[in-house]
Amino acid sequence: MLSESETEALLLSLKISGVAVLASLPLAILLALALARPGLPARGLLNALVHLPLVLPPVVLGYLLLISLGARAPLGAWLLETFGLRLVFTWQGAALASAIMTLPFQVRAIRLSLEGIDPRLLAAAETLGAGPIDRFFSISLPLALPGVVAGLITAFAASLGEFGAIITFVSNIPGETRTLPLAIYTAIQSPGGEAAAARLAALAIALALAGLLAAEWAGARARRLTGRSDP
Amino acid sequence: MTLSVAIRHSFRTFELDMAFEVPAKGVSALFGPSGSGKTTCATAIAGLVRPHEGRIALGDEVLSDSVRGRFLPARRRRIGCVFQDTRLFPHLSVAANLDYGARRSKRPADPAERARILAMLGIEELLGRRPHHLSGGEAARVALGRALLSAPRLLILDEPLAALDQPRRAEIMPYLERLRDEAGLPILFVSHSLDEVTRLADRMVVLNKGRVAAMGPVEEIMARLDLFPLTGRFEAGAVISGQVEDPGADTRLARVRFSGRTLTVPPLSVAAGAEIRLRIRARDVMIANAPIAGLSARNVIPATIAEIRAERGPYVEIRLDCGGTALLARITAEALADLGLSKGSAAFAVIKTVTIARASAKAR
Repeated sequence: MLSESETEALLLSLKISGVAVLASLPLAILLALALARPGLPARGLLNALVHLPLVLPPVVLGYLLLISLGARAPLGAWLLETFGLRLVFTWQGAALASAIMTLPFQVRAIRLSLEGIDPRLLAAAETLGAGPIDRFFSISLPLALPGVVAGLITAFAASLGEFGAIITFVSNIPGETRTLPLAIYTAIQSPGGEAAAARLAALAIALALAGLLAAEWAGARARRLTGRSDP
Repeated sequence: MTLSVAIRHSFRTFELDMAFEVPAKGVSALFGPSGSGKTTCATAIAGLVRPHEGRIALGDEVLSDSVRGRFLPARRRRIGCVFQDTRLFPHLSVAANLDYGARRSKRPADPAERARILAMLGIEELLGRRPHHLSGGEAARVALGRALLSAPRLLILDEPLAALDQPRRAEIMPYLERLRDEAGLPILFVSHSLDEVTRLADRMVVLNKGRVAAMGPVEEIMARLDLFPLTGRFEAGAVISGQVEDPGADTRLARVRFSGRTLTVPPLSVAAGAEIRLRIRARDVMIANAPIAGLSARNVIPATIAEIRAERGPYVEIRLDCGGTALLARITAEALADLGLSKGSAAFAVIKTVTIARASAKAR
């Protein structure tokens, strides 16, 4: 049904999105924890920064990544020399761009979940001898699990659709950075590519829909596991 | 060992300034109406609130001292807390809830001790359940077990019965009495219910508007006429301690001896010889100036009028001395004048058996 290059684009998309959301999860949790603290200084500014990718043109983010992490930029050169990590024109770079673009979805979902936790439960845990880190792992994180899972899946689905930041930062290299949206774009640009574009577009729609449904299902299931509602 | 508290804490609308000391032994009650500061005081003792000023010490250990800048966090205090809202962790099974504190304790209850606590609370059958599948009474018992298994050196019960309906309360009360009699653990019992306090506590600290209004043994506090506004006019009454002479049976009434007198009360579920506490409400006590016959009331007890206190309206509160034990009566000023009684007069307290509530029975 799909050609070899189309399958390649699909698998690449799944890989880049998977790496992007899983790698950014710890950061998302830390940011959500920080933002859920009422007394945090400059909370408004941090909140705005985290949510900036939602409103910023993706091309701008791609451009910023290119000038800061390009091979000749100081940071990019340092990464290449020290870790041998090259981000520009690689799938790792695409994953980084996707991660930044979809971070707001994760942070938002996790933060709402954390804010929904009854602080009296944490007080009870403290009287039972649990310190702050212990309380986070034994109470907060399990109770925030529905939000974490829903955030992960939503971010994953959104990441599958990322176009502007990826094409600007890591270009459109078959087998390396040509994800599903880029493959659709390429098919539309090529003469006689209409059928391929239609197939890939249908696939993208199906994937996005499946992602949203999965997020819904996982959220409900996790809520049940954490005892938030009656089964 | 004593628990000593001397703290000040300001809220926007209300200032808490209280100092008291209670022996860390048996059950001490923090009693007061809602808004009297009793829960704030209890959370400060638990370490969940840092008082703006003052000092809290348990025995030799200073838990909190604003002058020396010392504040031991709640997790290191080894003070178990049971809250009105139980606060069971919804994502953990009953067993995992019970073991949460035990796993973090330096001296957790050993398996035999654990089994004994579970049996005492009757929660062995609930271990595999989730908290949201427990009834209110079951959840309260699991919360008690969770606190006990963390091996605390003091247990704070903050209105543990307030969220329960009357039948559930009656279901939990015997567990609390067993806990008091068997656990050998000092308990600080926070409550606004005189009934609960007189049943469970040995001593009480009466709080009002953020201050200590009175403290002392329950019998002594309950015999004070000046505290009626705080103990509640309707519920106010003396608490007397006595020894069960005959616990009675199905249809046979029980007899309780106190200060050389015998009181006839409804049948009791304790053995003969047991120490028992009874609460006799002031409004249930009549006064006679002579030993009258031909009454249905089973108790006509000789006494001396020790104190008369005029109340607002047509009432007077009277403290009667019955051979060293105080009884309180609430009658009208008109009746007092008709009877020609004054301080020092001999009189008789007339009490219907059916009005006497079992306050507490403890095997000491």
